[in-house]
Amino acid sequence: MHLVYPAVLSALLFSTGLYGVLARRNAILVLMSVELMLNAVNLNLVAFDVWLARAARDTLHSGQALTLFTIAVAAAEIGIGLAIVLAVYRNRGTSDIDKLRDTAEGPDGAEPGAVAAQKTEATA
Amino acid sequence: MTPAPAPSLAAAPHGFLSPTGVEIAFLLVGLVTFGAALITVTTRQLVHAALWLVVALGGLAVEYLLLTAEFIAWVQVLIYVGSVVVLLLFGLMLTRAPIGRSPDADSGNRWAALAVAVAAAVALVWVVADAFRTTWIDLTGPAAGSTRVTGASLFRYWVLPFEALSVLLLAALVGAIVLSRKAKAGTGTEADGTEADGTPPAVPSARKDGAR
Repeated sequence: MHLVYPAVLSALLFSTGLYGVLARRNAILVLMSVELMLNAVNLNLVAFDVWLARAARDTLHSGQALTLFTIAVAAAEIGIGLAIVLAVYRNRGTSDIDKLRDTAEGPDGAEPGAVAAQKTEATA
Repeated sequence: MTPAPAPSLAAAPHGFLSPTGVEIAFLLVGLVTFGAALITVTTRQLVHAALWLVVALGGLAVEYLLLTAEFIAWVQVLIYVGSVVVLLLFGLMLTRAPIGRSPDADSGNRWAALAVAVAAAVALVWVVADAFRTTWIDLTGPAAGSTRVTGASLFRYWVLPFEALSVLLLAALVGAIVLSRKAKAGTGTEADGTEADGTPPAVPSARKDGAR
């Protein structure tokens, strides 16, 4: 198989994920786009591992091992990311990242979510 | 890399424009995958985005199978299609994502994002196609990514990173529980008392939350 096929597909998927990360508003859709980018990297790793296993007689199989590690790290990332998104949604009432402009509770934080926000910060 | 296998890196007994059956299958599945990915990042229905993500990830699993990496393919199906998408759907439900079309799914800087993405795609495809124009993957012979080969290399050469990764997953588990447990409004002193000790009380208190 020509190596260009998986490499080009991986580049296109990465660019699609890049567009999604930059253009989406909902934080969960941004996480989906991040998953697309990670999968593009995985495809690259697998393709080059299969190529080098035969062409350079690579017995280490670093591409496949790194793919498995990437998948595990992506699983951890999606868990933590969703937990953060849920905490933000509980405190601010929105998961729209265009509206999350301040990194701390402002002076208008006297709404009912503020108590929960302080508590979450204390526990985190 | 030793000079001996170097000629085989660029050995090209292949025609440049004579696709084999595997290449045609790869191309077709790749088109489906890319189309599903495009719909994932452009659709205005949030739940549909997650479902098209399933198609894209499943298509990638088929690509791994075509590249003879069967273990990666099944791990992809199990973890991505099986759990990550389910987590994303749960996230969409818990943040009360609107069912149906939501007009504000895309940000205002969509055209800047499109320009950046197209520029990145053109640059990457150009560089990659130019660099690996005369490179072929040899898919004949024993599979390079069978479960036996992957397991042997993983547990022979990659044991220490593997164990470190399990610690990372445990830390992520504890962190996700701590982040997502609901802060109680009325019984503040009790919750603060248990949390002041550190991370270990997080798990029992989270279990208490789950039982309610």
